[in-house]
Amino acid sequence: MNRNSVKQRSNLIDRLVLAPYSVWAVLFIVIPLLFVAYYAFTDTNYCFTFDNISRFFTATSSITDIATGEAKEVHTYLLIFWRSLRLAVISTVICFLMGYPIAYIIARAAPKTQKTIITLVMIPMWMNFLIRTYAWMTILQDTGIFNGFLGLIGLKPVHIIGTEAAVVIGMVYDYFPYMVMPIYSVLAKMDTRLIEAAYDLGCNSTGVLRRVIWPLSLPGVISGTTMVLIPSISTFYISQKLGNGKFYLIGDAIEGQYVANNLHFAAAIALILMLILLVCMAVMQRYAERKAYA
Amino acid sequence: MKTASRIYTAIIMLFLFAPIAILLVFSFNESKSLSVFSGFSLKWYKELFNDSSTLSAVKNTIILALSAAAISTVMGTAAAVGINKLRNKYIRAAMDSVTNIPMTNPDIITGISLMLMFVFVGRLFGSATSLNFWTMLIAHITFCLPYVILQVLPKLQQMDKSLPEAAMDLGCTPLSAFIKVVIPEIMPGIITGLIMAFTLSLDDFVISYFTVGNDFQTLPIRIYNMTKKTVTPKMYALATLIFFTILSLLLLSNLSDSSEAKPKRRRKDR
Amino acid sequence: MKKVIELKNISKSFDGETVLDHIDLDIYDNEFLTLLGPSGCGKTTTLRIIGGFETADEGDVIFMGENISSFPPHKRNVNTVFQRYALFPHLNVFENVAFPLREKKTPKNEIETKVHEMLDLVALTGFDKRSVSTLSGGQQQRVAIARALISHPKVLLLDEPLAALDLKLRKDMQQELKNIQKTTGITFVFVTHDQEEALSMSDTVVVMSEGQIQQIGTPIDVYNEPTNAFVADFIGESNILDGIMLADRKVSFSGHIFECVDAGFGEKEPVDVVVRPEDVDIVSEEKGMLRGIVTSVTFKGVHYEIIVDINGFKWMIQTTDFVDVDEHIGLYIEPDAIHIMKKSKYSGMFGDYSSFSNELDELSDAESEIEE
Repeated sequence: MNRNSVKQRSNLIDRLVLAPYSVWAVLFIVIPLLFVAYYAFTDTNYCFTFDNISRFFTATSSITDIATGEAKEVHTYLLIFWRSLRLAVISTVICFLMGYPIAYIIARAAPKTQKTIITLVMIPMWMNFLIRTYAWMTILQDTGIFNGFLGLIGLKPVHIIGTEAAVVIGMVYDYFPYMVMPIYSVLAKMDTRLIEAAYDLGCNSTGVLRRVIWPLSLPGVISGTTMVLIPSISTFYISQKLGNGKFYLIGDAIEGQYVANNLHFAAAIALILMLILLVCMAVMQRYAERKAYA
Repeated sequence: MKTASRIYTAIIMLFLFAPIAILLVFSFNESKSLSVFSGFSLKWYKELFNDSSTLSAVKNTIILALSAAAISTVMGTAAAVGINKLRNKYIRAAMDSVTNIPMTNPDIITGISLMLMFVFVGRLFGSATSLNFWTMLIAHITFCLPYVILQVLPKLQQMDKSLPEAAMDLGCTPLSAFIKVVIPEIMPGIITGLIMAFTLSLDDFVISYFTVGNDFQTLPIRIYNMTKKTVTPKMYALATLIFFTILSLLLLSNLSDSSEAKPKRRRKDR
Repeated sequence: MKKVIELKNISKSFDGETVLDHIDLDIYDNEFLTLLGPSGCGKTTTLRIIGGFETADEGDVIFMGENISSFPPHKRNVNTVFQRYALFPHLNVFENVAFPLREKKTPKNEIETKVHEMLDLVALTGFDKRSVSTLSGGQQQRVAIARALISHPKVLLLDEPLAALDLKLRKDMQQELKNIQKTTGITFVFVTHDQEEALSMSDTVVVMSEGQIQQIGTPIDVYNEPTNAFVADFIGESNILDGIMLADRKVSFSGHIFECVDAGFGEKEPVDVVVRPEDVDIVSEEKGMLRGIVTSVTFKGVHYEIIVDINGFKWMIQTTDFVDVDEHIGLYIEPDAIHIMKKSKYSGMFGDYSSFSNELDELSDAESEIEE
C-alpha cells in the first residue's frame, strides 16, 4: 500500500458517506423542480407550449362589485396573486408588531421564565395546523363564541367569517410562533454589555432600542419575516375555511387545478410563485446584508 | 417583569390558547353545538374510538413518521459528515443551496414538484395511480433531510478536530474512532434531528396532501377530510387528545433537559 | 545511541503553499527533543507527519528501521498529547486513560491495575470517576499524558501541551514532564514556540523556520553558537551586526577591530556578528572599545535592560550596574562573547533594537498563543 492509495481510500470513504444523500437530493429535490418547469411549458400531450404561462397573465373572469352591484372584468390570476401578496404582507406585519414586543419581553425575563414562556408560545405550533385553523372557524362563526361574547357585553354581533379579516386572523394565529422564535433567539443571545455600553455612551432607552437593539436584532426579524411570509403567501387551507372559499389565494388556485387534474396549469402557477418568491428573498437578503454592513 | 410586560404577555397567551381551550371545552359538550355548552359528556370520545378510519390514520401516521425519521436521520448524519469534509468550496456551496431548497421553498411547491414527478414516472410504467405509501415516504424523507443535516453539521464543526485523531492515535481504526468518539460527540445533534424529523413528518399536511395515495391515509389528511364536511365534536376530541400528547411530550423533554443541564453548563465554562 | 525515528527528505505543502521543505531529522532513543519555531514554521506539521495524521508529499518516515510512511495512526507505536488535550468528553477520567487498552481488548483486571499505575504516575490518584469536564487545565493535561503513555509507546509526541496553562502551572508542568520522561525512558518529541521552555527542558533543540531546519543542537549549543541570524534572534536577545572577517580570530564591526575565537572564514568575508546583551560590560567612556549614549533604561528585577545608541545602531545590554538615560558610556566585549556566523538569507532581517518596545513584544506573544 503506497501513500497515494491511503489518501485515495480516505477520500473514497468521505465520498461514499455523501453519496446516498447526493443521489437523493438530485432525484427528489432538483429533478422534481425541473418537472415543475417541464409541466408548466407543456400541454396535456407533453408538447411545448406557452399557453399555461400566458393563461396566468391573461385569463379574465367577471365579478360583481359588492358595493355597486356592477359586473366587471378582471384578470383572474393576477387578482388572486395580488390578493395573496396583500394578505400575506398584512399578516406578516401584524405578526411582527405583535411578536417583536413579546420576543423582547421573553428575552429580558429570568432564564426560567424564558424557558416556560417560549415553550408556551411553541405549543400551538405543535398542534396540527388544520385543527388550529378550524378552531378559529368555530370561534368566528356568526353564531360562534366570539359573537356570543360580544352579545354578553352588550355589543352587536359582527360578521367576520368569510371576510379578509378572518383570513388574516387565521394566518397570524397559525404563523405567529415563526415570527417570535427567531427574533427571540437573536435578542436572547445579544450581549447585554452592548446595551450597557450604549447607556454609558449617553443613549436614553429609546435611543438604545433604536440604535443598538433594533439593528442587532435585524437578522432575526428578517428570518422571522420570511418564515411567516412564505407559508402565508402559499397557504391553501386557511382561505377556504375562514374565507368561506370567497377569497381564493394563489395556493387555492394551485390546489384547485390539482384537484381538477389540470396538472400543467398547476405547475405553471407554482413555477411563477416560486420565481417571484426567489426574487423577493434575494432582495431581502441583499437588504439584510447592506444593513449588516451599514 | 414589569406590569405592562405582564399584561402584554397575558394577552398574547390568551390569543394563543383561547382557541385551543375552546376545542378542549367543547369536546366534552353533550350536544353538537359549538357555541352553547349544554352538558358534560364523553360521547364524542367514544365515537372517536369507534371510528376505525381515524384510528388507522393514527397508526399510519406513526409508521410513516418513524420510518421517515429513521431513514432521514441515518442518511442526513452521513451526509453531514461528508459535507463537513468537503474542501472544494464550489461543491460545498452547491450542496448547501440544494439542502436549503426544501426549507425555503413553500411546502406547496415541494409537494407539487414531487407529485408531478411521481405522476410522470407512473405514466411511464403505465400505472393509473402512481401515488402510494412509498411516494409519501419519499416525500417525507426529502423534507426531513435538511433539518437533520442542519442539526448535525454544527455539532461536527464545533467538535475538536483532534478528538478522532486522538482515538486513532490510541489504537482505533478510522471507523471505530468514528463510532466510539465522533458519534457520542454529535449525538445531541443527531437526537434533535431525529425528533425534529419525527414531529415534522407527524404534523405535515401540505406535502402529504399532494403525494398521498388511496391506500395510505395519515392523520392530517384524515383531519382534512373530516373538516371538509360539517364537523362533529369528534374532531375536537381528537384535537384534545393530540394537545395532551404534545403537552406531556414537551414536559418530558423539559424534565430530561434540566437533569442534563448541569454537566452541559460546566463543559461550556471550560 | 540508537535512532528511533528518521525523517528523510520530507516535504509537505497545503494548497500549493510549502509548509515543509526537504526536512531531514534523526531522533534518538530516550532523548527529549524539542521542535522550536514561530507559528507557521512547520513544527506541528512535522509532528503530525510522525504521528500519521498527515502524509508527506515526498520523503519517508523510518521508525526503528521500518518505513512507516503509509501507516495509519493506529498502526504506529507513537502516541500524541494534543494541544487542547482532546480528552473524550463523554468518558470519565478512568475511561479516557483506559481507552487504548479497551481498544486492544486487554483483560479487565489488567486494565484496572494499569490505569491506576498511570494515574499515580501523573499524580491523579483517586480521580478515576471524575468527569473530564470538571478538571482544571493542569489536571486535564495530566489525564492526556496518562492516556498517551499507558500503552508504553516508543515515542511520545507533545503538541504545545503547555500553551493553555498559566505561567506558574507551566513551570511546574515543565519540571514534571521532564521527570516523567526520565522515569519512563520514553523518547519525547515536544513542539513549542516558547524558547525558554525549549532551552530548559530539552536534550536536543531543533530550531525551525519557514519549513526548514535552521539548527539542531543541545540547548547550550543553539544559544551560544547560533548558526544564523534567525536562530540568534529567535533564541534569547541578541545584537546582530554586519561584520567583516579580517583574518582568523580577527573581526571588524561598528568601526572597531575585535579579537574573537572563531576561525576558518575566508579573508574579508562579510559575516553576521552576534553579541548577547548579557555579555557586554559597561565601562567608562575612555576605556570602552565602543562608545555610545544610553537612550532608555528599563528595570527588569534581576537586571536593567538598557538601550545604547552607537553610531545610530541601538544595542541592547543587560547589566546590574545602574546608568542614566543620556549618559555617555563605553562598552567592553570579551573575545569569547563574540559569535561569528556565515551570512544567510536571514542576514539583515534582524537588526538593532531601535523599534524595541516591551509592550509590543508581549502583545505579539499573546497573539501567537491564540493563533497556535
